[in-house]
Amino acid sequence: MRPVYMIGGGITKFAKAHHEKDFRLMVKEAYDYMLHDVPRLSKDMIDGAVGSYFSDHFTRQLKAASMVQDYLGLCPKPSKRVEGGGATGGLCFQSAWEAVASGRMNCCLAFGFETMSRVNTWKGNEFIALASDTNFDFPVGGFYSGYYAMMVQRHMYEFGTTVEQMAMVSVKNHANALHNPYAQKAKRLTIKQVRESPMVATPLTMEDICTMSDGAAVCVLASEELAGKVCDRPVKITGVGSGSDAMRMADRPHDTVILLPHEREADYHHLKYPGVHSFRGGRMAAKLAYEMADIRNPLEELSFVELHDAYTSSEIQTYEDLGLCRYGEGGRFVESGMPFLPGLDYGLELPEQGRLPVNPSGGLLACGHPVGATGLMQAVFAFWQLQGTIGTHLHSERLQVRNAKRGLIHSHAGTGTYITASILEAV
Amino acid sequence: MDKGTVLYGVDPLIIQDHYEIDYHHSYAQDSPFFIGLTKGQLLGSRCTACDYIYATPRAHCMRCGAATAWFALPLTGRVHTFTTCHYGGEVFLKETPFTLILVEFDGADTLFLSRLKSVQPDAVRIGLPVVARFAKAPSFKVTDVWFEPADQA
Repeated sequence: MRPVYMIGGGITKFAKAHHEKDFRLMVKEAYDYMLHDVPRLSKDMIDGAVGSYFSDHFTRQLKAASMVQDYLGLCPKPSKRVEGGGATGGLCFQSAWEAVASGRMNCCLAFGFETMSRVNTWKGNEFIALASDTNFDFPVGGFYSGYYAMMVQRHMYEFGTTVEQMAMVSVKNHANALHNPYAQKAKRLTIKQVRESPMVATPLTMEDICTMSDGAAVCVLASEELAGKVCDRPVKITGVGSGSDAMRMADRPHDTVILLPHEREADYHHLKYPGVHSFRGGRMAAKLAYEMADIRNPLEELSFVELHDAYTSSEIQTYEDLGLCRYGEGGRFVESGMPFLPGLDYGLELPEQGRLPVNPSGGLLACGHPVGATGLMQAVFAFWQLQGTIGTHLHSERLQVRNAKRGLIHSHAGTGTYITASILEAV
Repeated sequence: MDKGTVLYGVDPLIIQDHYEIDYHHSYAQDSPFFIGLTKGQLLGSRCTACDYIYATPRAHCMRCGAATAWFALPLTGRVHTFTTCHYGGEVFLKETPFTLILVEFDGADTLFLSRLKSVQPDAVRIGLPVVARFAKAPSFKVTDVWFEPADQA
């Protein structure tokens, strides 16, 4: 495999609905933004594309990625669609990485979108719940917020995680997004407001859960030679990893923890793993990505993380899967202030504020979650962080992580069934 | 009679686009479980090679790949985890609030997703003993079984 670089990215503003533009035009906007940002890159240098969108039910246009391919004028170059639930965007990113790493392409476009506004929120929830076993799970009351609620109830039982700790994630991500013009739902919240918002599935309230969105994002990945030719500040992709778990939560085993280099078996003497409280696929993804990028201690060696916070609870669970803290310590990790940005006022006491910012963009909770675009959106924010160009693209330096050297992006599908982790580094 | 097209907006032009379909959904190798529910039985599966026991059945073991055999689970278990849903997918909205539980059974290695009924949401806790109840008129769906607190038996 040869080195792969990210050389450009673009995002549309994520919004509840973009009725004035269809999926083709949304991707075109993000694509044109990217081309404008990388003026030396021309269409003839792009060897092919990978498209991602999650749901044919939302789109009700099969082969929609083909329509994007022709709208962007990329026919007859190679193209395909990648789909993997909530991790669709992360998988798309890694598929483009594979195309370049293998030498099949020198330059590959990854584009993703979702148009969730085409149905009402509750029909949308029904569509999403079809990504659970339709014999045994969906008919019981198929509802993803309910599934994640059951997972965090068990996390609370095993580890003493509190709803206030979960609310702190919501406060953080919504406040970060106040400085991100691409975000759908930026706002200043208190722990009390998060807890007093309408209950969705105990213990998760409306402010613990991301919203449905329309939006698109693109990334361009290239070989070292092409990256050096067309991009002033390319970002190197130094690690990719992915993992999986059984579709039915009921089938998750009670086994032993998959250890990261900085952990020992004795850390988890009595922990039955993953159960329904942890994401084994996320741990596998992290382990593989860290091995490739030669990361021994992620808390020390990462500058920031953009992770899949569809729920405040899953952000806490993911701190643990990624080894930012030990299993069981995710609640205390957010309480310590480590995943907050330094220098921002959240209205909270945060003793170790800003040690490793998580979701400086605002994450899915505040940016929105147009599924096929989400994992690529994370890559674009990470790319701008590592280039040091957040100020240019977000029109404010507030979210720029100082001296950002290495970032992790994490994309996650239904209750942890597919998960990707990718490491990006400034060069 | 053609009732015409419903317009949701004119700038941009947004129309109603209706869609529905009936599938021929086969339970295939899972069929005995659903037949079992009509007889008041909760069937799990046991791996014929490694003895792993599935409380939600599958015809082949996901550990070793061997075929599994059907067996009757106990009708009592405990709440492994739970939630009360105040919203839901569109088809379930009219049933809210409802309580979902994962049930653990003595001797089984995996869990079973079901509804918990006849209980106040704030009385539900992890470890609560529960007992299976079966629909008198089966719908041949997994909802032909649900659970209630065992102390009400």
